[in-house]
Amino acid sequence: MEKKLMKGNVAIAEAAIHAGCKCFFGYPITPQNELIEHMSKRLLKLEDGVFVQSESEVAAINMVFGAAGAGARVMTSSSGPGLSLKQEGISFLAGAELPAVIVNVMRGGPGLGGIQPAQSDYFQATRGGGHGDYYTMVYAPANVQEAVDLVQKAFDKADEYRNPVIILADGVIGQMMEPAEIKDNDNSANYKKDWAVTGKEGSHNILRSLYLDPHELNIHNKNLTKKYEKIEANEIMFETAFIDDADIMIVAYGTTSRIARSAIREAREKGIKVGLFRPITLWPFPLKELKEAAKNTKNVVVAEMSSGQMIYDVKLALEGSKPVSFVGEAGGIIPTTKQILEAIELASKEE
Amino acid sequence: METKMIFAGFGGQGVLLAGQLIAEAGMQKGKNVSWMPSYGPEMRGGTANCSVVISDDIIGTPIILDPQILVAMNKPSLESMQNMVVENGTIIYNSSLIKKDEINKINGINYIGLPCSEIALELGNPKVQNMPIIGAVMEVTKSFNEDDIKKAMLSKFGETKAKMIDLNMEAVAKGKETVIKGVN
Repeated sequence: MEKKLMKGNVAIAEAAIHAGCKCFFGYPITPQNELIEHMSKRLLKLEDGVFVQSESEVAAINMVFGAAGAGARVMTSSSGPGLSLKQEGISFLAGAELPAVIVNVMRGGPGLGGIQPAQSDYFQATRGGGHGDYYTMVYAPANVQEAVDLVQKAFDKADEYRNPVIILADGVIGQMMEPAEIKDNDNSANYKKDWAVTGKEGSHNILRSLYLDPHELNIHNKNLTKKYEKIEANEIMFETAFIDDADIMIVAYGTTSRIARSAIREAREKGIKVGLFRPITLWPFPLKELKEAAKNTKNVVVAEMSSGQMIYDVKLALEGSKPVSFVGEAGGIIPTTKQILEAIELASKEE
Repeated sequence: METKMIFAGFGGQGVLLAGQLIAEAGMQKGKNVSWMPSYGPEMRGGTANCSVVISDDIIGTPIILDPQILVAMNKPSLESMQNMVVENGTIIYNSSLIKKDEINKINGINYIGLPCSEIALELGNPKVQNMPIIGAVMEVTKSFNEDDIKKAMLSKFGETKAKMIDLNMEAVAKGKETVIKGVN
């Protein structure tokens, strides 16, 4: 497929189809409706495709559990309020170790909040989100092509680790059009799902998250922890730009990293040496990598489209070694290039 | 080289489509492009706008607050957005709806009047009123050419509407002509 100008929402859906996603269950919510719409168009044309617009988000995530348990590549998508409803199911998926790709095109919260872009579901996405000791991998695309690539990778990683993967986008990524090339990238044959349930004629596999014996549950949790440690060791992704000579390092992800990039260009024109650190995986968070990148900088500025959530991971990474300041807006207001530039200028005056 | 633009007007005037075609034409030219619409509880007759960036470099923010070019298809858009345009920037306004002497002009900005409705009526189809915008932007920015726009239309309109391309290209040509003639 050649490059096409596509909306992020549509590109994510199309990328999933090209990664062998056969099942989609979801409930409409702005700003991700084009994603569901495109999935309905595409999946219903496939002989082995299943699309259900469920009666609620709770139903959707449990349908995802069923499809994942039967071994299908399955996806659901929503925005903040819907993701909150899905948390029980996500916890069950993590507990039963089922692979699924879950897209959150974030909007302003809390509660119903609004429909404009935000990054305020960082805590929810990176700390499990539901009950119990678990993590989901969290990918944060900053442009439409990256959203495509990360969605396709998400299906493979979900299968590889038998774990849900969250695509944490925002209203800008969802609504924006950019050129994207979507390749056929269906690697489902590489992942043998001998754990899947196949009906009474087939295996006697049981998929569950209920362990009434605490000793058994403790062992289950220890095994999960080992898996998460393996993910932390192998699956970190991040990007840096203009970092080599930087006195100040901005940390930002997704859409905000692009605004930060614009601000960095303007700051460099003014002679302020500032660089960008962009986490691509928010869990696992690039803790060591961030500290290493900040090594020669004087201070660090965190920019987010929230009241400040990732900043806690940045502080965790830096272990108190650098002063950290914050710039951001919440509720659907997008921080401006000027605001981030001002935060850079303020940081450059600090000792 | 980075060209930052805003297209604004009433919903239904075709500003989002004009912006999309320009972004797609930039892509055909091999540039990096982005198109970002305003979105919300929109309705027909309400306002709509989109930010378009065409760049040789990686595009930073796709949300534009300092455009070099503003296309204003109605008066409210012109009045609320003309302050955003950078010095030496260009405002292309729909002179079918905005009278020249009603504009509270800002110094250092180039104003170009484009009689979008008249051009469309002259061509016999009011639906092409957004196409002159494309011709005008093409002439002002030189970021893309007629071939790029044609390719963009073919990709956007699809086979069934391909027969509309000639008419649309005529409207594009009229927009370009208006800028060349310098008629305000």
